[in-house]
Amino acid sequence: MTVATGPRLSRRISEGVFLVFCWIATLVAVLALAAILWSLLSQGIGGLDLNIFTKSTPAPGSEGGLLNAILGSLMMCAVAMVAAVIVGILAGTWLSEFARDSYYGKVIRFLNDVLLSAPSILVGLFVYYILVAPLKGFSGFAGAVALALIAAPVITRTTEDVLRLQPVALREASVALGAPMWRTILAVIWKAARAGMLTGALLAFARISGETAPLLFTALNNQFLSLDLTKPTANLPVVIFNFALSAYDDWRRLAWAGAMLIAATVLTVTVVARILAREPNRS
Amino acid sequence: MTTAADVSAADVPTPPRIARGTGLDRAFEILCFSAATFLLTALGGIVISLAIGGWPAFEAFGFGFFTSSNWDPVQEIYGAAGAVTGTLVTATLALLFALPLAFGIAIFLVELCPPILRRTIGTAVELLAGIPSIVYGMWGLFVFAPWFAKHVQMPIMMSVEPGSFWEKITAGVPNGAGILSASIILAIMILPFIAATTRELLLTIPPQVRESAYGLGSTTFEVITKVSLPYIRTGAIGAVMLGLGRALGETMAVTFIIGNSHGFPTSIFASGSTIASTIANEFAEATDRLHSASLIALGLVLFVITFAVLALARLLIGRQVHA
Repeated sequence: MTVATGPRLSRRISEGVFLVFCWIATLVAVLALAAILWSLLSQGIGGLDLNIFTKSTPAPGSEGGLLNAILGSLMMCAVAMVAAVIVGILAGTWLSEFARDSYYGKVIRFLNDVLLSAPSILVGLFVYYILVAPLKGFSGFAGAVALALIAAPVITRTTEDVLRLQPVALREASVALGAPMWRTILAVIWKAARAGMLTGALLAFARISGETAPLLFTALNNQFLSLDLTKPTANLPVVIFNFALSAYDDWRRLAWAGAMLIAATVLTVTVVARILAREPNRS
Repeated sequence: MTTAADVSAADVPTPPRIARGTGLDRAFEILCFSAATFLLTALGGIVISLAIGGWPAFEAFGFGFFTSSNWDPVQEIYGAAGAVTGTLVTATLALLFALPLAFGIAIFLVELCPPILRRTIGTAVELLAGIPSIVYGMWGLFVFAPWFAKHVQMPIMMSVEPGSFWEKITAGVPNGAGILSASIILAIMILPFIAATTRELLLTIPPQVRESAYGLGSTTFEVITKVSLPYIRTGAIGAVMLGLGRALGETMAVTFIIGNSHGFPTSIFASGSTIASTIANEFAEATDRLHSASLIALGLVLFVITFAVLALARLLIGRQVHA
């Protein structure tokens, strides 16, 4: 037994192994990101031409693009975001300004956090059950409702967080000037927190723009260009899903191009949101 | 002089409430209250609709719905055991892979990372979390699976002894799709979530605590395992549960790569299914009543499992950390 040097050596070895492991773990994550981005670029760029933005999804073997899917996704996301921003900001405001430490507030806050990470496919089932089945038809509107239900908890959470960061003195100053509570919130608190709230909305948009599962049986898909949200509506995620699993090369090519479009959108929005979040009135 | 009243006031950080007005103030509060209640109703609605919609399946198969793995739309026999097992196995394996890596990343970012790289690597991890599920699915199927089949599956299946236990659990078609591949993709997907939450937890540790451990001559390894991790234990378990919750409910990536076969998964290379992938694959085409009811019942099972996991996670993490 080497009592004097043994422990020191073993400590040094475990330290070394540990540090190397941490480096490797980080390297694995960075490499995974790089590999995914590289695949998207190398596979997606070939399919990316003007047709993508000018033509609708083709029959196998013929030329086409993703115009109907892009438009459908944009419409559904826009409707969903409008609804989610209204509900989310009001609910977040209630949690931050009115509920504070009340029991009901705690329940809502907790359930909102659960809803935030609940499996999105269950939201799709729910919307199918309340909208698609009773109205006897898939629709872009149902898809938008499903997306809104996924976005709203994100916005609620971030709104509450940024509103809570606003100093009490700000509220008191407004009230001291004679502003009623609602004016204080609308014109002072919301205004002071607007960068943070915008971040929340952008993150919610990033989240829903790539969501596929809740659209599978709400918006379904549509081979043709349609601006009617009461009918089944084409959307990028479901088109990618169907085309990627098809046996046709040109469909797969379109799927990769679509995947690249979605990933580029989501990642850009995420980065913009993070930059906004670093502004002084968030921290 | 500090009085008892001062101390208790200082203990409670809640800011003083501003007096409530009338009229428009009240209307605005009710408006906000309704929005919050709407979220509660939505969650309640999900549970209730899944329970009502799935009821015919529970009624037809009783407890056998959970014990049978026979899923046969032609004969209208539905048992959830295969999908439930697939869900639990893939999520658990994913967690096993992701956990050490995620902790490694979090520790790297807090303790080891050169400041110049910190923001870049932090952003990279965040972007990994932002990549949509369907992109993971495509990448998994078209890029990862062929590589995995050639460089991992084939060598392993060649080298295991015929007839041994190892041969049994690595049996399957070496096409890269299956339980293990799905678990690895899931692990990459939940990695950034666990890493980000753990990182925030590590940052909540007062510097004095860590510095005193370093001051006593501890190595980084000792500070992390004996001081930092015990300090954030509860929250870290919560972060892990949050990752587990995501892995359980993840749909598209798994649907792409798990191979989609019903029944019990028998080996790590065999194809299987999860609750979410079964619903995603079959629900739009389920025409008869019992088939769609069984799928909705599966959804209810998934909801109950994830709700339990997520609720526990939230209670453990608390509110001080963004997750």
